Parts: sequence; structure tokens; C-alpha cells
Amino acid sequence: MLIITCPWCGARPEVEFRYGGEAHIARPADPSALTDQEWADFLYNRTNPKGLHAERWRHMHGCGRYFNALRDTVSDFFVTTYKAGEPRPDIDGSSGGNP
Amino acid sequence: MQKFSGFELFRRALGGHKSWQPQWRNPEPKAEYDVVIVGAGGHGLAAAYYLAKEHGITNVAVIERGWLGGGNTGRNTTIVRSNYLFDESAGLYEHAVKLWEGLSQDLNYNVMYSARGVLMLAHNHHDEISFKRHVHANRLNGVDNEWLTAEQVKEFCPPLNIKSMRYPIIGGALQRRGGTARHDAVAWGYARAADSRGVDIIQNCEVTGIRRGPSGAVEGVETSRGFIRAKKVGVSAAGHSSVVMAMAGVRMPLESYPLQALVSEPVKPAFPTVVMSNTIHAYISQSDKGEMVIGAGTDAYTSYSQRGALHIASHTLDAICELVPQFRRLRMLRNWGGIVDVTPDRSPIIAKTPVPGLYVNCGWGTGGFKATPGSGHVFAHTIARDTPHAINAPFTLERFRDGFLIDEAAAAAVAH
Repeated sequence: MLIITCPWCGARPEVEFRYGGEAHIARPADPSALTDQEWADFLYNRTNPKGLHAERWRHMHGCGRYFNALRDTVSDFFVTTYKAGEPRPDIDGSSGGNP
Repeated sequence: MQKFSGFELFRRALGGHKSWQPQWRNPEPKAEYDVVIVGAGGHGLAAAYYLAKEHGITNVAVIERGWLGGGNTGRNTTIVRSNYLFDESAGLYEHAVKLWEGLSQDLNYNVMYSARGVLMLAHNHHDEISFKRHVHANRLNGVDNEWLTAEQVKEFCPPLNIKSMRYPIIGGALQRRGGTARHDAVAWGYARAADSRGVDIIQNCEVTGIRRGPSGAVEGVETSRGFIRAKKVGVSAAGHSSVVMAMAGVRMPLESYPLQALVSEPVKPAFPTVVMSNTIHAYISQSDKGEMVIGAGTDAYTSYSQRGALHIASHTLDAICELVPQFRRLRMLRNWGGIVDVTPDRSPIIAKTPVPGLYVNCGWGTGGFKATPGSGHVFAHTIARDTPHAINAPFTLERFRDGFLIDEAAAAAVAH
């Protein structure tokens, strides 16, 4: 089980959280102006990287708030977590943390 | 290819079984192929086999990063069924079941397809009406499926506890032609049969890039063993499909999740069929080795780690113990994870791509093994003819743009 650090509540076990998918996918400002392909990109197409992934989590059984995390999808190591609305931290490369 | 037969077995036994040859070659990659398939799992090997057998294209390489059948082909719970709700899915999976039925003879390799039945349990009214809807939809599509009462369920599968549990069993949907097959034998059988028709299976060779020409068309693949020129490239890379397709600049509607399974210590034959329960989340069958093969759910988050959290497996075991109380004394032997590529509508993509000469077979999510022969068959057709087979025509990449989703999400055997 993963240990996830909620930016508000601190380190908690994974079962307190709900995964929210890829982060930083903004809802289109003018939806009616989008082409079908742009809608498909927004709704369905995902980066699904092998490596660092910016993703949303919700602390369901805690504060109930969404936040973002940077996790290495090869090792499942959390590099960092940060509050919703903050930009993706400028971190790259491998986690170097526990596998 | 050495043909397997009872006589051959007897003849070689007289020689102390010393004259058997390796079942496929281990060739060096050639400079150029007509078709390169990326990924030597069941689907990729099957595609290569049908390219050679049905379309006469034998200058084919199957390129594999690890060893053949070492990914999800060797990690699944070996269940075969075709009781899908929608017409498109029923057509695709039933095509596969029909091929399963003659596969051992076709490949001259015993894939141990065992039509022992797949029984899906209903625990509440919603399950009952949902499964009955499936039964009727299936029968309209010529797929066998029948409704059993709780007593008939008990009679068909005596180890089940149907009454003294939190969610008693009120009935079930049974597909008698469903069952299991031996997963490794499927990969080995296709590899052997494809190899004997001239297909090169190149293991320990990682694709690192897809080269495209000035027109945008595929020219070949960069690999850890050098550039391999190819007129057509078929990507059949399961959990890594997003990664491989990104090499060609194509963004996919896929997310890769860990899916866990586990097996018990081997015991005498004790469980006659495949049982699935969506409501309490369990599915179980007994392998020919005697192990109880148990499938868990996916973990919540995307990952390429090929492992998941213990609470996922534990949750499934809770359900198994309630469903079959005698299994409470079984010890679990090992558990593992595979990386499954899941589409938004839980249906696969077997299609041409926006890149000329590049084809993709992916998105099988949590249930690709059952489709192996049918998937390879229609993928080979798509590559050879540059146009989809009628069966896989609905399973395009463009359906996500055009809104023609095949929403089988609720029709999966267990929720993932």
C-alpha cells in the first residue's frame, strides 16, 4: 500500500484516497468552439507516461480535498505532492527513492 | 516443424526423448521485413501466424523486449468467454471462442482449451436483471448463455456457498462454452506455428523508436539491436502501447493500470468451473496443475510496476472465502501483477492509425487473453489488407472522436 502525503493532512495510507487521473487537464474555456478531435483529446487521450506522472488524488477519508502529485509510474515512488491550482513542480529524472 | 502426434511421442520415447528439436528458431534480425509486429505476446504472435497462414505474408518479424509470452500472456487468469452485451463485442469475442474450439488442431499444439463453463453469479436484483439482459442479448447474437436459479447454480458448482453469506446467491448466468486455456501454451503454440511458416521471433530486442519518412509513413523501427526497416508496423504492446505509440507521435486514449492475480497451493480437483462474482468481486477457477487461480481488481492508479497493493488482493480473498468456505484453509502460493492498458469505453482498439503503415492492437484492458486468437486473426487482416475486417471495423481509434463508443464498462465480469 502506498503512503501518500496530503498537502493539508500529512502522510496517510492509500486507502484514505481516491485516484483522480492525470492532472493539469483544464476544462476548455469555450467548449462550443472545440472540434471533435479537441474534445477527444480533452476527454479521452492521456499521456500515460512510463516515468514521472502528474496526477490528481482526493483525500476522501480525510479533508476531502483534491491535490496533485508527481509520482514515478515505474517505481510508484511519490516525488512530491502539491496543492491544486499550483503549477507542476519543475522536477525531472528518476525518483531515486525507494522502489 | 516436427509434428506432434501420439505416434511421434511413442517413437521418440524409444530413443529416450533425445531427438526433440527446439520449437522455434532464435534468429538475428534481418535488415528489412514486410511487417514488423511489436510485442511477442499471444496477440502479436497470433497476428504473425495468421499473416503467414491466411495472407501469405511470411517476411514478418515479431520483436519482443523480453521473452515471448512473458508479459500479460503469462500473467492472466486464462479465462475464455464471449458473453459480452453489445453486438460489436459479442461478434469479436465469439469469433475468438470459435477459433479457440479448433485451435489445438490448427496449431498442432495442445493449448488445453477446456470448455468447463463460465458462471457469473447474481447476488441482488440488479445483478439478476442485468444478467438476464445479457443472456437475451447473447442469444440474439448466437452466443450461448443461460440463466440458472440458485439451486441450479449449486448443482452445477457444488463447492459454492449459496445461502449463508452476506449477499446470498440468487442465480447466475452460465456460458457453457466458456472456460479456460493454458496461457503459456497459447504463446508457445502460436510462436512455433508462426516460426515454422518463416516468421522471425526476435526476443531481447527492445523497440526504442519508430522511424517515419518525409511523407509521414512508417519506415521501420529503431531497436536495441539496430534499425529494422519495415513496410508496415503493427503495435501489439499491451500495457506499453501508449509508450510505443508515443514514439510515432500518436497520443492514445489509454491508461495503464496494475491488475493482480494470485494462485493457491495445488490441490486435488475441487472446483469444476469458472465462477465470477461482480458484486462481491471475486473470480476463481482451478488450473490443471491444481492451483486455485484467483483474479483481483486493478489498483486505483496508473503504473508500469507490474505489482499492486496487498489490500486489493486481500479484498478479493475475503470474497472467495465467503463464496467457497472450504477454501479458507488454502494457502496462497504466489501473487503478481500485470500492466493492463484500459480504454475509456473498456473495449479494445484494433485499427489503422493516423500514421500510414502503422497499425495498433491495444486497449484490451483487463480481459485480453480470451480474445487472443480472434484478435490476432482480425489484426492480421487489418495489416495485410490495409483495411479492417468486418469484425474489428467498429474498434477504431476514431470512435473516441466520433462518439461511437462501445461502452462495455458495465459488462465486464467484475468491476475494475
